Amino acid sequence: MGLPVSQILLVTGFCLILIGLAGIFVHRNILRIIIGFSLIDTGIHVVMVATGYVTGGTAPIIDAALDKANAATNAVDPIPSALVVTAIVIGFSVTAIMLSFAIRLYDARKTLDIDAFTESKW
Amino acid sequence: MKRLFAIIAVLMFGAIFFGLVGGYSERQTRSPLAEYYLSQVPRELGAPNVVTGILITYRGFDTLGEVAVLFMVAASVGVLLANKSGDNAQVTNAASIDESEPSELVRTGAEVILPLIFLFGAYVIMNGHLSAGGGFQGGAVVASGVMLLMLASSATQLNHGFLSVTESLAGVLYVSIGILGIVFADGFLDSHILPLGTFGTLLSAGAIPLISALLGIKVGAELSVVIDRFRH
Repeated sequence: MGLPVSQILLVTGFCLILIGLAGIFVHRNILRIIIGFSLIDTGIHVVMVATGYVTGGTAPIIDAALDKANAATNAVDPIPSALVVTAIVIGFSVTAIMLSFAIRLYDARKTLDIDAFTESKW
Repeated sequence: MKRLFAIIAVLMFGAIFFGLVGGYSERQTRSPLAEYYLSQVPRELGAPNVVTGILITYRGFDTLGEVAVLFMVAASVGVLLANKSGDNAQVTNAASIDESEPSELVRTGAEVILPLIFLFGAYVIMNGHLSAGGGFQGGAVVASGVMLLMLASSATQLNHGFLSVTESLAGVLYVSIGILGIVFADGFLDSHILPLGTFGTLLSAGAIPLISALLGIKVGAELSVVIDRFRH
């Protein structure tokens, strides 16, 4: 039992965010940029869940491992988890919209290289 | 040169994140709001799963907004990809069927697994207030089953009319349950319009299982439509 759980989760989440950022900066293919965005999204979710962890806490579900009376002292913080459920759905929505725009852009230029789209470049 | 800037930017973000992780010490206590939710959701709403209780009752209005966002996404993906499936649909469809007929492994596997996936989706939806799960998660499971169906038999056509009627009906019922909450209970989307029942059984926790089921139907139908739009 070396590192605390939330520390490991935070490092994992931030690493995912960095990998996604690097992917967005380095790659010129629109689909790869979208994959980079999804990695950032997932990393942020992991970080948010990690901030809800309380030392020694269990899942906020009343069952054999957690009875009603001890819920307020033994469970992890349920608010970040509830927030992340919303965030996952919104992330999915944004990805779906980006993918359909990518399809339209491919129709217009027959390429997915972002350097081919120079109209809105300054 | 560009690559150098990218590396510098990523390294700077890395430095910020390193500082955040280094300065973070694991929490030992819960916030007063978290303690309130943890003690009041089982007692007041009768739902063992605290996260579902927060999502569907205390933050029910947010969930309604989330469903609205999903609806807008399904609509705008339809608009963005609409005239693609119009004139050259036959050409691409015929080509894709010729080239990429799924292997027998996928087809037979789908026949065996599909009913189980849909059953599991229904299970996750209906147990949202008892254990990990809920309308959004179960709806996503159902939509993944629809995706497997499309991969296994590329000739499958989804009935968009039926799906949109189902989805709209679920949405209308969801909002009407919310309005019933204003009339018979304490406010919009209050789950106390139905009796709490025995703690920990399938039909308990007021209107939460009903709202979960409606959410599951709505999300499953919407995600299936979104997946189908990307196929052509």
